[in-house]
Amino acid sequence: MKTLVITLLALAVALGPTAGPTLAQDKSVFIPLLVYRTGPYAPSGIPIANGFVDYFTMLNERDGGINGVKVAWEECETQYDTKQGVECYERLKGKGGGALIVNPYSTGITYQLIPKAQVDKLVVFSMGYGMSAASDGRWFPWVFNFPTNYWSQASAVIRYIGTQESGLDKLKGKKIAHIFHNSPYGKEANPTLEDLAKKHGFELTQLAVDHPGQEQKSTWLQVRRLNPDWIFMSGWGVMNQVAVKEAAAIGFKMDHFIGNWWSANDSDVVPAGDGAKGYKGATFHAPGTNFKVHAEVVKFVYDKGKAVGKKEEMGAPLYNRGLVNAMLSAEAIRTAMGKFGNKPLTGEQVRWGFENLNLTDQRLEQLGMKGFTHPVKVTCEDHEGNGPILVQQWDGKKWNIVSDWVAPMRDVVRPKIEAAAVDEGKKLGYTIRDCSKEK
Amino acid sequence: MTETLLAVLRPFAEIAGSPAFFIEVLIGGVCAGLMYSLVALGFVLIFKASGVFNFAQGVMVLFAALTLVGLLERGVPLALALPVTMAVMVALAFAIERMVLRPLVNQPQIILFMATIGMNFFLEGLGEMAWGANVKKLDVGIPDKSFMVKGVQINQLELVAALTAAVLVTVLAVFFQRTRIGRALRAVADDHEAALSIGIPLKTIWVVVWSVAGLVAIVAGIMWGAKSGVQFSLSLIALKALPVLILGGFESVPGAILGGLIIGVGEKIGEVYWGPLVGGAIENWFAYVLALAFLLIRPQGLFGEKIIERV
Amino acid sequence: MIYREAGQFKTTYASDQAIFPIVQDRVFVALFALAAFVAVPLVANEYWLQAVLIPFLIYALAAIGLNLLTGYAGQLSLGTGGFMAVGAYAAFKLTTAFPALNILIVFPLAGLVAAGVGLVFGIPSLRIKGFYLAVATLAAQFFLIWLFNKVPWFVNYASSGTITAPPRSLFGVMLTGPQATAGVRYLVALSMVVVFALVAKNLVRGRVGRSWMAIRDRDIAAEIIGVRPMRTKLLAFGISSFYCGIAGAEFVFLYLGSAETLAFDIGLSFLVLFMVIIGGLGSVLGSFLGAAFIVLVPIFLTNAPHTLGFNLPVALQKQIELMVFGGLIIFFLIVEPRGLARLWQITKEKLRLWPFPH
Repeated sequence: MKTLVITLLALAVALGPTAGPTLAQDKSVFIPLLVYRTGPYAPSGIPIANGFVDYFTMLNERDGGINGVKVAWEECETQYDTKQGVECYERLKGKGGGALIVNPYSTGITYQLIPKAQVDKLVVFSMGYGMSAASDGRWFPWVFNFPTNYWSQASAVIRYIGTQESGLDKLKGKKIAHIFHNSPYGKEANPTLEDLAKKHGFELTQLAVDHPGQEQKSTWLQVRRLNPDWIFMSGWGVMNQVAVKEAAAIGFKMDHFIGNWWSANDSDVVPAGDGAKGYKGATFHAPGTNFKVHAEVVKFVYDKGKAVGKKEEMGAPLYNRGLVNAMLSAEAIRTAMGKFGNKPLTGEQVRWGFENLNLTDQRLEQLGMKGFTHPVKVTCEDHEGNGPILVQQWDGKKWNIVSDWVAPMRDVVRPKIEAAAVDEGKKLGYTIRDCSKEK
Repeated sequence: MTETLLAVLRPFAEIAGSPAFFIEVLIGGVCAGLMYSLVALGFVLIFKASGVFNFAQGVMVLFAALTLVGLLERGVPLALALPVTMAVMVALAFAIERMVLRPLVNQPQIILFMATIGMNFFLEGLGEMAWGANVKKLDVGIPDKSFMVKGVQINQLELVAALTAAVLVTVLAVFFQRTRIGRALRAVADDHEAALSIGIPLKTIWVVVWSVAGLVAIVAGIMWGAKSGVQFSLSLIALKALPVLILGGFESVPGAILGGLIIGVGEKIGEVYWGPLVGGAIENWFAYVLALAFLLIRPQGLFGEKIIERV
Repeated sequence: MIYREAGQFKTTYASDQAIFPIVQDRVFVALFALAAFVAVPLVANEYWLQAVLIPFLIYALAAIGLNLLTGYAGQLSLGTGGFMAVGAYAAFKLTTAFPALNILIVFPLAGLVAAGVGLVFGIPSLRIKGFYLAVATLAAQFFLIWLFNKVPWFVNYASSGTITAPPRSLFGVMLTGPQATAGVRYLVALSMVVVFALVAKNLVRGRVGRSWMAIRDRDIAAEIIGVRPMRTKLLAFGISSFYCGIAGAEFVFLYLGSAETLAFDIGLSFLVLFMVIIGGLGSVLGSFLGAAFIVLVPIFLTNAPHTLGFNLPVALQKQIELMVFGGLIIFFLIVEPRGLARLWQITKEKLRLWPFPH
């Protein structure tokens, strides 16, 4: 018995982490996918990953890839855990002739990968999450977080509240509460909100909810005492479901409760049932399946039986986010191919593609995504694109868009970004680059 | 200095200024505390009868809730789904007794503790494989709405949960005190060798107690699942039950309830009134510090068995 | 060479008390060290170094620390993650405040800060025992994490709220920061763990270790024969936290590169405790074996289906991995509750007879 155990153990150590088979072919671009389909955050992780994979499958099936170069990818399960994320990154970065883009899908893993990716020469694409300071491309050439970041989002939400109150000047004396996940991610919006509170004269209360946020009675008791006019929430995981439920239970006006774009997915409102009706969320793309791109995905992926998810789960906000993320990656690669030729690219070439991405309305229309997301133009200085947001509202069955595109307050956010980029960049020993010298 | 002192004292003025809100905080604390007690009860039962600190209790709660919701989602009526879930939990108890407890009998407590951590991983994987990782809605037919009594807001669901916990404790207390098997359980808890020698079947007792803990897990799973939806974070509520457990004492059923009340009320008052002074979100550690403070006075918990030391 | 000790006579006290009294052991250890210091950095690829070996060495150091406290002194602690966080944040504050200070000095200093914090949180152990103490140490865990999360001074008021390992070098070679190669970081971690493992081994063989074990085995009896419980227990907490603090600093500076408090959450405390129990309570070698088990088995299980040619969806693979991992833990506990270190010992005893068992 014991010999058996020892042999097994020896075998385990010996066989252990030999490299798995490489799925990528020679003529392809390889993209590692860090996903979380298991664990407590899987309800958010599954739709993102499905959207991502479905879009690339569709490209391969319909167009034979990007400009005829197949897209290859491999998933790696991180469980939203930083340590597993590092393992995944190291395992996948060398595969398929070298990974080109990494989408960490976790603020913690993004922070990990920012220093590493620059050395390994691959792009970190943290779409609407991660380090806000990285929006300053002069300090962080390898990191992109367009179409918009947390700080822009917070300012746009305040602008939206302003329009609801018929004018930003009417915010004076209004009470706005920010309920946030007590982690670096959750605290991202705080400084921006504080500045805006000073500028527009609203009374800001910041309420922290400790991880994981299963029990929020005291937070909502404080909301009861405060009786704010509006609530903005930066939540994550189980915290969202409980918050929406508690808000409904204390009878808060749900249409005055706005979640950020990680707090407004189907899975966040379903447990609250009818109580969630009226709950709003920020987003930078539309929910639902009424776009041409969804029809194409159904035709080339679902009808051919190549899908990983269920058809009825399409159109959830996070599924659509996966689609947008994949589309933006593909378009950046396409931009790079326009300069370097239709062949497998290097990390540097793809980085150039990201930096010169100019996604116009016409291009969105060709992609079947007109009105689905906003055009975005990335430059050397600006890796964020300063994109506007939409506000969506839950009607008990699905999300509906209830606002026009709301622009962030660039005059407030950009100086903060530039100041933060100096701090964060210097910490890593980076220097600023001169964008006028980039071609 | 005086300013700090004033800031620390100001919440008392707030309490006096708005007694209705204070009562609301109290009720919120009581309800939350009883919800913790529901989870802590499972720990107590198992520790009492088999001396095992069952780390997997949180996952058992999750597993029970997942099984129930999974069955309901597949169109099984509640009247059938509930007994089936109970049967699953009893089967689980049999499996644990046969495969984990029996081979590890007479091992030190820490080894048994580690074994339950192994169970924890196993059940997590199994539950997810069987039922998927999505958030599932659990509708128990009690609307999660509030009503007002003299300016005090009370939540229906929490009220029901609190009542359930109270009923459950009474039933368990009667079960332990009055029934034959309950007495056998207490005998095993006191001295399992002596219990064996007078013919109490140890293995049966273990199966019974793990089954009961499984049934308690179903109740806790339903109550917590109704609050947040059934999802994998449910297993983390074990961490909220631990301060309750040490405060009440590992072996005491009433201790779990009283501990829950003290922790629930204490952490809510601390967070709502004194939390903002230091930036909030103090609940998690405050519960542990509160428990620690009680432990320093009574190292075996409020109702724990007196530690008698011999050389 | 057959594993025999016959004919090896000890003529001095020094040789009798050596850590490795048998020649074959010494040869084996020397070869092993040679392989670890020279061969591994030459042959291992970045994946092995970065994702397997560096975390293994750091976990091993933390496990030694916890083993001193739990395995030798008998004080169950679940605050390891918190003490590691103290080390990490202390190292970050020290090296940003004094950039000229050599990073190899910063690590032990950070360890000392952690030791101080550990002493404070060790005070309840004078009154509370067993699982009650374990849960009480959770107060340290939650409080410390909350503190680092809450007070922006700890992260130098960074907008990101995270700490990042700044570039630091020694003799022109980058030891930390993004430009430091995995090989160099591996060697730093390896040197640290070797030094401190030797220190730990000598500590537990000496007066301190014996008093710890006396307290662990029967504290009242120990008190009666003159072991002072307060000093002994607090010393155990202090030294254990020192080890954990260094491991925590390495965790950020040599492994992750950047971290938020979530990296040091309760999960990490449990992970290190698993290593200690699986490896063997009260064994320095066991700490290494346990760390190897907890680091390698999941990686092996993740990669095994691929290697064997199965292409499972990642979710299913993870679920199977969890189940097998949990099953293996129970299996090993049933086979040998005293841990992998005991299995190793049994193997050695078998080896002494092999190949002529009669």
